[in-house]
Amino acid sequence: MTITELMPFSVLVPLIASLVCALLPGRFWPWAVTLVATITSAVIAAITLPAAAQVTLSYAFGNWPPPIGIEYRVDAANAFVALLVAGMAAVALPWAKKSVDREVPERQGAFYALFLLALSGLLGITLSGDAFNIFVFLEISSLATYGLIAHGSDRRALLASFRYLIMGTVGATFLLIGIGFLYVMTGTLNLADLAERLPEVRDTSTVRAALAFIIVGMGLKLAMLPLHLWLPNAYTYAPSFVTVFLAGTATKVALYVMLRFVFTVFAPDWSFVVLPLSTVLMILAVAGMFAGSWVAMFQPNIKRMLAYSSVAQVGYMVLGVSLVSIVGLTAAFLHLFNHALMKTALFMAVGTVIYQVGSGHLKDFRGLGRTMPWTLTAFALAGLSIIGVPLTAGFVSKWYLIQAALDQGQWFLVVLILITSLMAIVYIWRVIEAAWFQERPGNQPAAGEAPLALLIPTWVLVALNFYFGIDTRLTVGGATAAAEALLGGGMAP
Amino acid sequence: MSTLPQLNLFTVVLIPFIGAALIALAGTHRALREGLSWSSSIVFFLAVMGLLVAFLDGDSASQTVWEIMPGLAIAFRLEPLGMLFAAMSSTLWVLATPYAIGYMNAKGYSNLGRFFACYAIALGAAAGIAFADNLFTLFVFYEILSVSTYPLVAHTGDNKAKQGARTYLALLLATSIGLMLPAMIWVWTATGTLDFADGGILAGQVSPAAGAVLLVLFMYGTGKAALMPFHRWLPAAMVAPTPVSALLHAVAVVKAGVFVVLKIAIYVFGLDYLRELATSDVMLYIAAFTMLAASLVAIRQDNLKARLAYSTVSQLSYIVVGAMLAVQLSAIGGGMHMLMHGFGKITLFFCAGAIYVASGKTKVSEFDGLGRRMPVTFFAFFIGALCVIGLPPTGGIWSKWHLVAGAFDAGHTAIMLAFMLSTLLNIGYLLPPVARAFLRPLPEGERSGFNEAPWMCVIPLALTALGTLVLFAMAQSAFDLLGGMFGPVA
Repeated sequence: MTITELMPFSVLVPLIASLVCALLPGRFWPWAVTLVATITSAVIAAITLPAAAQVTLSYAFGNWPPPIGIEYRVDAANAFVALLVAGMAAVALPWAKKSVDREVPERQGAFYALFLLALSGLLGITLSGDAFNIFVFLEISSLATYGLIAHGSDRRALLASFRYLIMGTVGATFLLIGIGFLYVMTGTLNLADLAERLPEVRDTSTVRAALAFIIVGMGLKLAMLPLHLWLPNAYTYAPSFVTVFLAGTATKVALYVMLRFVFTVFAPDWSFVVLPLSTVLMILAVAGMFAGSWVAMFQPNIKRMLAYSSVAQVGYMVLGVSLVSIVGLTAAFLHLFNHALMKTALFMAVGTVIYQVGSGHLKDFRGLGRTMPWTLTAFALAGLSIIGVPLTAGFVSKWYLIQAALDQGQWFLVVLILITSLMAIVYIWRVIEAAWFQERPGNQPAAGEAPLALLIPTWVLVALNFYFGIDTRLTVGGATAAAEALLGGGMAP
Repeated sequence: MSTLPQLNLFTVVLIPFIGAALIALAGTHRALREGLSWSSSIVFFLAVMGLLVAFLDGDSASQTVWEIMPGLAIAFRLEPLGMLFAAMSSTLWVLATPYAIGYMNAKGYSNLGRFFACYAIALGAAAGIAFADNLFTLFVFYEILSVSTYPLVAHTGDNKAKQGARTYLALLLATSIGLMLPAMIWVWTATGTLDFADGGILAGQVSPAAGAVLLVLFMYGTGKAALMPFHRWLPAAMVAPTPVSALLHAVAVVKAGVFVVLKIAIYVFGLDYLRELATSDVMLYIAAFTMLAASLVAIRQDNLKARLAYSTVSQLSYIVVGAMLAVQLSAIGGGMHMLMHGFGKITLFFCAGAIYVASGKTKVSEFDGLGRRMPVTFFAFFIGALCVIGLPPTGGIWSKWHLVAGAFDAGHTAIMLAFMLSTLLNIGYLLPPVARAFLRPLPEGERSGFNEAPWMCVIPLALTALGTLVLFAMAQSAFDLLGGMFGPVA
């Protein structure tokens, strides 16, 4: 079996496993099956990346040759994202056992089946080279995600899930409308084929509208300001494990789809000219950076605080895109990867606190530094990464982002990035100060250190934050290859 | 050949960090914790001395630890100024360790595992700054130093301490991230390198206006140098226990600040280029203003530690002035003042802490007659004061000598006058505590009789006072060492 034939299995394994999982009773087997399936998927993705960085892999489903059949087409850009998604899921699952047992005590078979569906949906979006197939997988992953969020023990989770459902459906519909317009104009759904046929018809308002629809639709799934309203509630009320998983993966995949359309299908020298995309994205990115950080500074609920921080971090990624250069795109991909690392670590640490204390409010963090030193130290170290302190992963992506801004002579962007970094210090600092420099009130239950099953995965992610802050060969290499694949027309046959 | 081991630079920097980890693990076990504090300071001292001996033989070590991104590496190199800074801080750490143990036990503080671990980390960070071979490495350790000293400042945990510590950290982080980091990135984009090089890396690479702005960014970005108006953190940090004020806020942290100023002036800008910049005179006069204004504030402080803090603000500006005069003599004078003031000021802080431990007094106005009860402490205070003022027979005279000579060389008569005026002000705020203690009678109702602080506190302060006297005799070797920054001295 060649790598090309192996590659689709990273989508198929979780998809098939989810059927099995849904039928399994009890608490152990669904989790075990999910773990095996996810690790398998991650290993396949890890094997695919080096191969895809060399040549573009193409697999035709059912042996129907593209562009008639569905094609999986993998270059450095989507192999990078696929590895991130499957990898984060594989790292999060060992952590999930304890947390899910507490927060979703019943019918875990269905819960894990939904998780596997969401995972295979996200991977499908990433690997597929067919526009309609992307939409289908987007719906699969979105519907599964709504179900996952609704599992939250707080009743407000239902409302959060419903709001996300409405906004997510609008986003997906926009994408579908955009794809429909493209199909009308070109008669093809294959991305590579679209890229070839579009130049003939691209000076029509239909194609321009298609671009706009796709960007707005994916902007919604990406939680780009001002389309971010679903995200804080969804992240806050979902079960901790779902938040951990979504924070590292879902928005990243949406960004990838947007980039794939803007850069590969439409070609940047057209899409950034026909619409004032660069300006619009830059303004929205900066607004997101500020608004997200600002709101995060005042959030009493730490999960919600991190959710708003995510809105700000999405801003950094979009900012990198808006610069339309290799370095800018590299910065966007780097931050996509690094942000997954740090936000997953932070959400895991908060989830661990919730597991022990039962609440994620700032006031419940008081005095925890003494009783849960490992958990809170993990939070503090991951916080350093989100601030962008040197030797952490966060520093690397910010460094590239600033480089990209300077290459274009955009001085004010550097200032804005630094100011938002200072704001990140403030919101991370509130937690640290509560944990270490405030006494635990007598009426609150004392909490001991969390079980190792939660601590070890959290610390693995914290360690990864530092590892990728010091050894940048994999991340910078992968991100550069991904950026070149998008800008250099890597999809060309 | 030396009998001392010559380790590579990264290992030396790691020693205090490893010590800190072990101390933290020892935690509440008192004997183990104190033994580890002693041994890490002594091992570190020996390691630095090993480097010093080899360095004086003309053996210059350098090491690239890890390249994070192309051209951006964690790298270390020995050069005269850093060698001097490391030698000074390692020596004073050995002396400060017994003092800290004696003081913290005498005052019954808790959480000492965290305290001594952070103490050690701060010293490791100072060593990292001293040996850094490029701006990036320097920045990394500079931030470690800021963050690791926060728990020390907030140690008592009451509201006042937390407030002070928050001011402390906020000002240091805001200046370094808000000003120094962009300046660093700017240098990187303009020159493609962040390495320290003889004669600077900026000359001819950026426009004069950009160079002028960069200088301001760097000078204010180095918040630890406490240039007005970013000096507030230093008095705020005085809520810390005295051993912290002594070793960190008289030596490691503030000296790291002026060390960075000197290092950037000499190895990033280069003195010749610095003189051409439009803002170097502006910064010079701001520093001179800080020098005088902080002295004036110090005179009005009744709390001894606050008085010493403002005195530190003032003395740091001597060194910044030395750098901004941008002649070799003044830069060497600045480097020497780093050393002399370090010994003098740590003596003064040790004394302030000893007075507090023995008598519970913190205000100068309460010191009447105390000299009779604590003769050793107040005599040491006197010597330390002489050193900070710059009078013989202490080392302080030599650094001021060279600074004034440098000002003369550079043709800045006004700066010479400022130095003189500041010296008079120093006398005005440093000698009255001694005079009160020895010349006035004890207030009614206080028992007389010998009552010194624990010997763990008194011996270190006597030793550092002695050190200032030794430096008077040995100043020439420090001068020769620093002269190496500019090649063979003409």
